[in-house]
Amino acid sequence: MSEITREEVQHLAGLARIALTDDEVTSLTTELSQIVDAIATVREVAGDDIPATSHPVPMANVLREDVVGETLTHEQAFAGAPSHDGERFRVSAILGEEQ
Amino acid sequence: MKAKLMDFDKALELFEPVLGFEVHVELGTKTKMFSAAPNPAHPEFHGAGPNTLIDPLSLGLPGSLPVTNETAVRYSISLGLALGCEIATSCRFARKNYFYPDTPKNYQISQYDEPIAFEGQVEIELANGRRFTVPIERAHMEEDAGKLTHVGGSTGRIQGAEYSLVDYNRAGVPLVEIVTHMIFGAEHDAPELAKAYVGAIRDIVLSLGISEARMERGNLRCDANVSLRPRGSEQLGTRTETKNVNSMRSVERAVRYEIQRQAAILADGGTITQETRHWHEDTGVTSPGRPKSDADDYRYFPEPDLLPVEPSRELVEELRAALPEQPVARKRRLKAEWGFSDLEFQDVVNGDMLHLVDATVAAGAAPQSARKWWTGEIARVANERGVEAASLVEPARVAELQRLIDEGALTDRLARQALEGVMAGEGSPAEVAEARGLKVVTDESALVAAVDDALAAQPDVLQKIRDGKVQAAGAVIGAVMKAMRGQADAARVREIVLERASS
Repeated sequence: MSEITREEVQHLAGLARIALTDDEVTSLTTELSQIVDAIATVREVAGDDIPATSHPVPMANVLREDVVGETLTHEQAFAGAPSHDGERFRVSAILGEEQ
Repeated sequence: MKAKLMDFDKALELFEPVLGFEVHVELGTKTKMFSAAPNPAHPEFHGAGPNTLIDPLSLGLPGSLPVTNETAVRYSISLGLALGCEIATSCRFARKNYFYPDTPKNYQISQYDEPIAFEGQVEIELANGRRFTVPIERAHMEEDAGKLTHVGGSTGRIQGAEYSLVDYNRAGVPLVEIVTHMIFGAEHDAPELAKAYVGAIRDIVLSLGISEARMERGNLRCDANVSLRPRGSEQLGTRTETKNVNSMRSVERAVRYEIQRQAAILADGGTITQETRHWHEDTGVTSPGRPKSDADDYRYFPEPDLLPVEPSRELVEELRAALPEQPVARKRRLKAEWGFSDLEFQDVVNGDMLHLVDATVAAGAAPQSARKWWTGEIARVANERGVEAASLVEPARVAELQRLIDEGALTDRLARQALEGVMAGEGSPAEVAEARGLKVVTDESALVAAVDDALAAQPDVLQKIRDGKVQAAGAVIGAVMKAMRGQADAARVREIVLERASS
């Protein structure tokens, strides 16, 4: 059994901006441990010569020509926005720095 | 708060600076990295209003899916090759997860463990002739974020802002991030090396024609990592990462500042906090940003919406064959082609005007004329205002200005006035000359009358000229130019003075 702790679950929930109850933290701690174990089992069979699978379909180089397409109007863009000033989206002040 | 600084030479006596750079280059493709929305970094879309260059993907709307821009991939490979890198046979994109309103998807598509280009080097040459090889760790493809304007609050900085306005035009602009390995051995040249490195990247990008590379517009952005270790120590010191460095001059100043600041702290027995710092152009200092913390836990994972990019070796070789010459070689060639003296050429290089003079020459000006404008009048104004010369005037306009002189439409003095107007945003040299009424007086009768008046007012000079002392004519020419408010061709005035004096 892998050692996923409650603290790690709470940390991940914080990073993902998900509010969890104590019960959820408990059940997720168990579930995540099981998932990690399952992955560990797969890892045992996959040798170093087997590349990690990130995409299940063996395709590559699906590219787009550099040609301008349609854009949104302000009306369309702001249709779902909680707040805007007619030109830009308005969001609450963020205490932090750009990444 | 003003930080304590140690004298630069003293700092270098006690500590060895170790540098590292992350340079972001906005690619000038027509469309964004992963969608067909217009790219504001392409000249055609400069000055577009906020949120006019957006599509569902730029806003991270549900159901929108990214597709990689082929031209952006080609540009990235070319840049990787120009940096002497190997090009991956297969590479994938990754999600960098974080919550911030500049990234509406809540993740930035980047590359993590599989950059498109890796392990290269950039040759640079410092003003003192020292050659330096900067080792490149990787160059990877990613997308830019939107732009936030913080409104309200007392300082205008992020803290205390009441709300923020977001423009997503820049969201999704193709970027290549170039990351260096740690750079050792720069020593006293560290600040200059920083500037020269960014300059070299800028030159490479320009010669490839893949970006306008205008730092003041954010096409090229540099984060400078600086750490110090005591002389003789093998162990690396704690580094800071200075962001918001928007000109080559600032890169140099920021690195010098961080060396002096960190040295003062370390010499006092203090410790350096590993953090992001912000450079302030106006005051020339860095201030602490956010400390490295949980926020750096980006939980990268392979981007499931995009397939890997596997550049064929044929494509890589095709792009390699089309590479322009390296900046150091280019410098040597231009110096020879232009026929500048060592001093003249060094003036241009030190002023970071090589690409400006080159572009001016390409636009039709003679090399010496181009050089005189940039290292003369334009450099003077740039210094006076504390801005980059490149931000004052386009090279093509300087060439046009010189053409007006060569055609006899403007005198040097009128051209300087026209340049002033061009730099003030009044239009092209011809437009400014027209609007300000700057034109050479070609009315011969007016010139002759002015010359006669001036000769009559200075009979002693007239006599000297008649006695063969031609250099005495200078006083009369000066008087005529003054009467004509500088709007006469001095050479023509001289001819008329000699003509009238001998008649």
